[in-house]
Amino acid sequence: MTKRDIGPERRDSFITVSGDEIDPIYTPEDIEGLDYETDLGEPGGYPFTRGVYPSMYRGRLWTMRQFAGFGTAESTNSRFKFLLEKGQTGLSTAFHLPTIMGYDSDHPRADGEVGKLGVAIDSLRDMEILFDGIPLDQVSTSMTINAPAAILLAMYIAVGEQQGVSSDKLRGTIQNDILKEYIAQKSYIFPPEPSMRLITDIFDYCSEQVPKWNTVSISGYHIREAGSTALQELAFTLADGMTYVEYGINAGLDVDDFAPRLSFFFNAHNDIFEEIAKYRAARRIWARVMRERFKAKDPRSWLMRFHTQTAGCSLTAQQPENNIVRTAFQALAAVLGGTQSLHTNSMDEALALPGEKAVKIALRTQQLIAEESGVVNTIDPLAGSYFVEAMTDRMEEGCLEYFDRIEKLGGVIPAIEKGFFQREISDAAYQYQRRVEKGETAVVGVNKYAEEDGIDIPLLEIGAEVQASQIARLKQVRAERDSDRVEQCLNSLRSAATGEDNLMPVILEAVKAYATVGEIIGVLREAFGEYREQPLY
Amino acid sequence: MSRRIRVLVAKPGLDGHDRGAKVVARAFRDAGMEVVYTGLHQAPEEIAETALQEDVDVVGLSILSGAHNTLVPKVVQGLRDRGMTEVIVLVGGIIPEADVKFLEGEGVARVYGPGTTTESLVKETRELVESRRRLIENKVDG
Repeated sequence: MTKRDIGPERRDSFITVSGDEIDPIYTPEDIEGLDYETDLGEPGGYPFTRGVYPSMYRGRLWTMRQFAGFGTAESTNSRFKFLLEKGQTGLSTAFHLPTIMGYDSDHPRADGEVGKLGVAIDSLRDMEILFDGIPLDQVSTSMTINAPAAILLAMYIAVGEQQGVSSDKLRGTIQNDILKEYIAQKSYIFPPEPSMRLITDIFDYCSEQVPKWNTVSISGYHIREAGSTALQELAFTLADGMTYVEYGINAGLDVDDFAPRLSFFFNAHNDIFEEIAKYRAARRIWARVMRERFKAKDPRSWLMRFHTQTAGCSLTAQQPENNIVRTAFQALAAVLGGTQSLHTNSMDEALALPGEKAVKIALRTQQLIAEESGVVNTIDPLAGSYFVEAMTDRMEEGCLEYFDRIEKLGGVIPAIEKGFFQREISDAAYQYQRRVEKGETAVVGVNKYAEEDGIDIPLLEIGAEVQASQIARLKQVRAERDSDRVEQCLNSLRSAATGEDNLMPVILEAVKAYATVGEIIGVLREAFGEYREQPLY
Repeated sequence: MSRRIRVLVAKPGLDGHDRGAKVVARAFRDAGMEVVYTGLHQAPEEIAETALQEDVDVVGLSILSGAHNTLVPKVVQGLRDRGMTEVIVLVGGIIPEADVKFLEGEGVARVYGPGTTTESLVKETRELVESRRRLIENKVDG
């Protein structure tokens, strides 16, 4: 594409936040050869570029699902109820780091971490409190949990049972995407192979017992937060997705038995059109991969359904009110891109966990887009735009190139072991930082329009008493439970782990006996070993 | 010609957010310093031991989990226990304003928050090390 002469320009190049150059204008030439039937299709029709469902937001709005969790289960239960009362339509759970990493709140490694980044869940008792007064047959719940996902899912099932809700009625998602942990989020525990076994066990178990449950949320969000470009986010996520499908099939499952319950999770960063192109390309690529490569026959297996979160990494500590605006246009990109579910960050993102006032504004942001902007009146409004279709194609081309590179490295897991993704991401993060420090990329309030004013908004604090009270509860649970039964369950788990049986039923029994997260993961750590990454930068 | 500045970049606790630590490690390296990056999930004792083994001038702790008030003092204590009283301890990440004074009181030289440039970090680190070295030389001479 020859550089068009439009007269003097303000800068040498106009780039996206990912560093890609954008042309002054896009014309029919840029989308020559685009075929409506083959490349776009109708919303709800293959290859789903225009949306996964025929009616999209005309039929049903995206789920407004704010990620929440802090302190003890009581605090988070209150926050859940607050958010539901303010109009959110789905729950999303943030667990504290000890739970995420498989430690109980009284473990030495948990010291100082209890309740700080999410809710402390050590045993089923905490889970019961977390969902107290929340009927599990009337909500859908997403749980951001990876290595211990089977345990938290089992706890959710157990709470459902207590409420008289059978597991076939439960709706929700566990993130359960271990591959992106090695790549980006780093909350891995075990090495890849046993981790994949746990995941395929969950696919199998849920296909029969919890059929409405999304068994993975194949994520790009964290890859992007770690500093990747939009294209890397897209390509690495879909590559991970394909790996889950391969492993599921190799575990003896029929692709159509588990693929309809795979879901995705993307970032919504600043560059509106780059993000929209990313989502549209993702749908098209996934549909083609599922139908052509994996031969899935059920059209539901071809659907790339996704949740989106606006970009935490784009938000600033300086002039936090600006974050309200950033979040608004990022959310707009997600909606124009056809997301099924959305979390909008709060303005205090760079400072603390969301405070009540801040999270309310974030939720209202979604409601304002839905009710007042008009963008929901028609489906995939940007289809046919020379720019958007050209960008969508460009994303797809770049993605397929990455697929080739990953394949040549032997696939996702070998590429992880070679540090491929990690290096791509840290290079991109460094390049971004260079652009900001050189002033090529503006960050309002930080390297442009900066002010001296201090930070003047109320911030959520997690008190020191949280750790003490959680440890006290844990002690009580251990004292009150049938410790023989717990021991039996852990022994069963120990032998099942080294065998080939599905671990979900065994974990469910352990959880109902009030075995703790730490105890269950402890058994699995012994059986599976621990993953230690190579510290690359 | 004084020896190159040696920096340990460490991630204490369970926090897995390593984007900043990696950017900073690379910036220090590009500035001609010798860098050791511990990787993730380091216990405070492990960090102090590595600092000793690697004979570093600076220990940079990256922490975004909110556990800084517990973990940072433990690292500082670990360094003291090993006689590493001259090491400069820097902290970066998400540290509320209210906790900065506390950490400085515990022996942290500087706390760097979001928006810090690598350029300013490298410059200040160099100044802190050089000024610490001059102090030590003066003590030895005097």
